Amino acid sequence: MVLRVDQDHHRFREIIRGRIRRELKKYIAQGDMVGRQGQKLISIPVPSVDLPHFRLGKNPGGVGQGEGNAGDPVGKGDESEVGQAGDQPGHHLLEVELSLDELAALLGEELELPRIEPRGTRSVVSARDRYRSVRRTGPESLRHFKRTYKKALRRQIASGIYDPARPVIIPIKEDRVYRSWKDTEEPESSAVIVYMMDVSGSMGDEQKEIVRIEAFWIDTWLQSQYRRLETRYIVHDAAAKIVDRHTFFHLRESGGTKISSAYELAGRLIDEEFSPADWNVYLFHFSDGDNWGGGDTEVCLKLLGETLLPAANLFAYGQVESPYGSGQFIKDLEQNLSGAENLVVSRIPGKDAIYDSIKQFLGKGR
Amino acid sequence: MNTTQLSPLLARWAQKIEGVAASNGLDFYPVIFEMVDFETMNEVAAYGGFPTRYRHWRWGMEYESLSKGYRYGLSKIYELVINNNPCYAYLLESNAVVDQKLVMAHVYAHCDFFKNNISFSRTNRKMMDETANHAARVDRYIGEVGLERVESFLDACLTIEDLVDPHAQFIQRRRVVRPGGEDEPATVRKLRSKSYMDPYINPPSFIEAQQARLDEEARKMRSFPEEPERDVLLFLIEHAPLERWQRDILSIIREEAYYFAPQGQTKIMNEGWASFWHSRMMTEKLLAVEELIDYADHHSGTVATSPGRLNPYKLGIELFRDIEERWNKGRFGKEYEECDSWDRKRSWDTGLGKGREKIFEVRKFHNDVTFIDSFLTEEFCRRQKLFTFAMNDKSQGYEIESREFMKVRETLLFQLTNHGRPFIYVKDGNFRNRGELLLWHRYEAAELKRDYAEDTLRNLEMIWGRPVHVETIMSESSTLISCAGGELLESEIVA
Repeated sequence: MVLRVDQDHHRFREIIRGRIRRELKKYIAQGDMVGRQGQKLISIPVPSVDLPHFRLGKNPGGVGQGEGNAGDPVGKGDESEVGQAGDQPGHHLLEVELSLDELAALLGEELELPRIEPRGTRSVVSARDRYRSVRRTGPESLRHFKRTYKKALRRQIASGIYDPARPVIIPIKEDRVYRSWKDTEEPESSAVIVYMMDVSGSMGDEQKEIVRIEAFWIDTWLQSQYRRLETRYIVHDAAAKIVDRHTFFHLRESGGTKISSAYELAGRLIDEEFSPADWNVYLFHFSDGDNWGGGDTEVCLKLLGETLLPAANLFAYGQVESPYGSGQFIKDLEQNLSGAENLVVSRIPGKDAIYDSIKQFLGKGR
Repeated sequence: MNTTQLSPLLARWAQKIEGVAASNGLDFYPVIFEMVDFETMNEVAAYGGFPTRYRHWRWGMEYESLSKGYRYGLSKIYELVINNNPCYAYLLESNAVVDQKLVMAHVYAHCDFFKNNISFSRTNRKMMDETANHAARVDRYIGEVGLERVESFLDACLTIEDLVDPHAQFIQRRRVVRPGGEDEPATVRKLRSKSYMDPYINPPSFIEAQQARLDEEARKMRSFPEEPERDVLLFLIEHAPLERWQRDILSIIREEAYYFAPQGQTKIMNEGWASFWHSRMMTEKLLAVEELIDYADHHSGTVATSPGRLNPYKLGIELFRDIEERWNKGRFGKEYEECDSWDRKRSWDTGLGKGREKIFEVRKFHNDVTFIDSFLTEEFCRRQKLFTFAMNDKSQGYEIESREFMKVRETLLFQLTNHGRPFIYVKDGNFRNRGELLLWHRYEAAELKRDYAEDTLRNLEMIWGRPVHVETIMSESSTLISCAGGELLESEIVA
């Protein structure tokens, strides 16, 4: 008996995938998935894929058993558990688990993201073992059954002791064949993402939420593209510092804004830890576009042009809209560095725009 | 599938239990036990107990939820038994011997119930082969017209899979038309005559008139059912403009619906009966002393109740025990009913001793509805602490409503009748003389769930090929919900 559940299960997953893909825009905007992330799996609430039937609307109640007086509550609203009335489930949500790789694949398909070509020679070579040959000695657990018997059969026929009427094949020590491995070298590329964010007073919670969602999707995508991915977080107001992930998303400062401080720090970080010869460098900077007036923007442009852009695969600048920011910085970038191939800028007025900005950021295939 | 045979120890037990069951008067088909690991158990359970079903994603969905439930330790399937001859039962490999004994005893009683209860008398006892056959047919259609088409048609059919008439097997309501080929047109039967006498014995004018009447009848039959037709699936098979493969798939769905219907109609009885016998056989004959605690633990787990939840195992086993006691002691009939001395009633015992006989009779002739209707007594209701509950709109929660016997009984019966699902009939197959399909919801104090009904209508339109309507009552007025070209429309019916 061959069970067909794998086939049906696979089909079910495909349907679910299709749903998630169709609704991806909504999921991205809501940021539903952020924070539902486990180690490798992510759990997504999908509107149930029930087959509709004719059903009665309101559950009129039912019969129960146990102690209690009239008026005592019983299992609050737990309709599906109540006796035989359980045939009327509400529109419940199905929690579906997807691996991050699957999610990245969905994102790639839906946003039509090109696969990233790692930059030229900057690949680390790693050795992997693959079973792809045989040898005459080895542990019994690696014995190649089929080949061993074939060899024994050949020997028995050759020496004339094989009797087709009584086809007994007895391998002797010389017949035994064991699996053996070979080292293969595979290129492995590593990448580093440096997130920079303006945490000055003008960046509110809503703006940070947007950054968080963007960062989640960027992580997911790049993780699927590189075997090794490092992440660094830089916050800045008038001065910049490297922080951990949690601080990055929750820190709130009140100072002014000096973007160049972050760029400078990022430049130093790349110099010290992530040499562009070995690493694919991704720089993401989020701010509300308000920069300190005293000539800092010129410093930023200079830093970008001279250090950051030549070192990075991609420099992405996302400008979130805030009631306080002037939004000037994005214009400065567009005017002065429009020729740079690996610079992407994107305006993110609200959560609904996250979808498009991710597409802009990652759509270049760098 | 990973199945293994019973270990020698369990095989000996199976034999012993079979003997004990038979000596208690249980009468069953041969039972084949298969040992499976939990993954296989989940696989088989996802397919409703059958190793092979037609291809559909919903089994995959079921499988996912079952295996998730198992992985997180929320649920575990102990046993699975299939109404088939021979009866197949699956045992979970990882269970202890005492559990396996309990399950085996339980299975023999289930099998007895399948074989003897009247609701099951028309079920296909070779369903194992039949579902495999269905799977092969669906596979063939997938090969012929492609997965996409078959799947979307299956999806549509499954939304109406419960629109059958579970009692139809016992009542010949109307002429059964075989799906597939068209019937021969009816002709007037002539009386036998010599050829020269024929014009006199069978006057041509009379024959013509009769033929016209038959044709008219046939036309009527085709266009709409004379009485509202509960077997919507059959109506569609006969009258919907379907391709051959579609007709066949619809009849597969219908056949399986009829196979599973009795299990839904006898859930309380069937589980009660099996629990009644496993507890009796275990405690009287099968238990080893050292197994007692484990047995008690697991048995009480099976029949545990939680407030607001009716456990069919519990209700069933208690009712069977109650019936046995009442008929052993003669606690029924006019004299007992009219006795108003509580003391006398409590010690009532006429020494009738017909308990055993009675419960076997009950298991043969009743289903859940008649079981509750006939044997739920006020004393039982009080002893078992049954109550009704209802939604309190203010607190948005369910609250205990009443412990009154009549109320409990009525609610329970309502819940069990058609599983608390709406009664849907075909009323007209040529609605508005435009070949549209009119369904009728027999309103009984509860409205249709709107969004579900609408989705179902959409699917139905796909099968019927023309607009479909359902006549129902919404907010206390007759309403027609229509679906034409995927667009939904609601209109009030003016009487």
